[in-house]
Amino acid sequence: MLSALRNLGQFSLDLLEVLGRAGSLWWQAIWRRPRLANAPLLIRQIYQLGVLSVVITVLSGFSIGAVLALQGYNQLVKYGSESALGLGVALVLVMEIGPVVAGLLFAGRAGSAVTAEIGLMKATEQLSSMEMMGVDPLQRIVAPRLWAGFIAMPILALMFSVVGIWGSSLVGVDWLGVYEGAFWSAMQDGVDFKSHVLKGIVKSVVFGLVVTWIAVFQGYDTAPTSEGIAAATTRTVVYSSVAVLILDFFLTLVMFNF
Amino acid sequence: MQMRTIEIVVGAFMLAGIVSLAILAFRVSGFSVGDSAGTYSVYAKFENVGGLVTRSKVSIAGVIVGQVAEIELDQKTFMARVRMEINADVNQISVDSTAAILTEGLLGGKFIGLSIGAEEAYLKDGDEIRDTQSAIVLEELIGQFLMKQF
Repeated sequence: MLSALRNLGQFSLDLLEVLGRAGSLWWQAIWRRPRLANAPLLIRQIYQLGVLSVVITVLSGFSIGAVLALQGYNQLVKYGSESALGLGVALVLVMEIGPVVAGLLFAGRAGSAVTAEIGLMKATEQLSSMEMMGVDPLQRIVAPRLWAGFIAMPILALMFSVVGIWGSSLVGVDWLGVYEGAFWSAMQDGVDFKSHVLKGIVKSVVFGLVVTWIAVFQGYDTAPTSEGIAAATTRTVVYSSVAVLILDFFLTLVMFNF
Repeated sequence: MQMRTIEIVVGAFMLAGIVSLAILAFRVSGFSVGDSAGTYSVYAKFENVGGLVTRSKVSIAGVIVGQVAEIELDQKTFMARVRMEINADVNQISVDSTAAILTEGLLGGKFIGLSIGAEEAYLKDGDEIRDTQSAIVLEELIGQFLMKQF
């Protein structure tokens, strides 16, 4: 009984310590804004995190949009309101599925790579030798990745939504025969830029921050062994996926006024 | 990879983001607007357009022949003035045709259904359909029904 209590206390303290370290890492790194001299580092990271994730994001967006159109059409056509298909798909993609699924893909595709890279740098003591040479690893390694995630993630989410809507129109309009004008006019009528699209973008910005934060911290904090890196990479994907889903619930709760 | 190539690719990536944002903002993605050359405009005044919106379809016998281009309030008669764009190849709609606002299914969107008249003269660009039938507003219908009961 006593030992159980002690374990609980130990666990809580450990958790707080990890949170504290993660917070201070983020806080210190985020203020090291990429200077102009460091712009190539940032651009290289946007390439690594963003551009290399485009293919998987676009493919997933297209198939999710197509599937939403298929399923939505089957239900809506029973009530003769298949002209609402475009509206439904667009709202769901822009507000929820776009940011969330793009965030999950980003965590799996980019987050894991960041953790493995930084973890290996730590295991091979590149980070400590940088410090020895007077190069700040926060400035050179951590900050560009955080900023790159912050920039790339909203773009990926936007692409996801657009490609998804395109996929749904291909299936809905060109294949299932929903009238094109009604498909787009219902969409334009019901989707508001400020209250739907912008809130989706806010979500994706938050997800980008959180996913890269978790990825960078797990890499930075890893045990410098091969098992440590493996465990850290797994933790990155698991933690950031769960974080995206839970945060999505609370962001929806706060932003959409329930 | 060369730094220059990476810079160009990242630039393209950012541009794709901006384009996506523009598409989401203006939401005309995939919609061919440049179709208006093959259409002519016909006007109709309705007492109530209900839930009719621009780009609602216009049909004859259930076949789509055009779309609603514009809905505005006529300040003199306080009726809704609807401009329809009819496909140019549907050019034998007689002048005494009827335009009615109908509903697609119970919950579906509104559309305009044209019933062809008997006149030999046909509607031209800018003509107005005189005989119209407004959207059926469910609340009014229920109201009338209740009034008759008592």
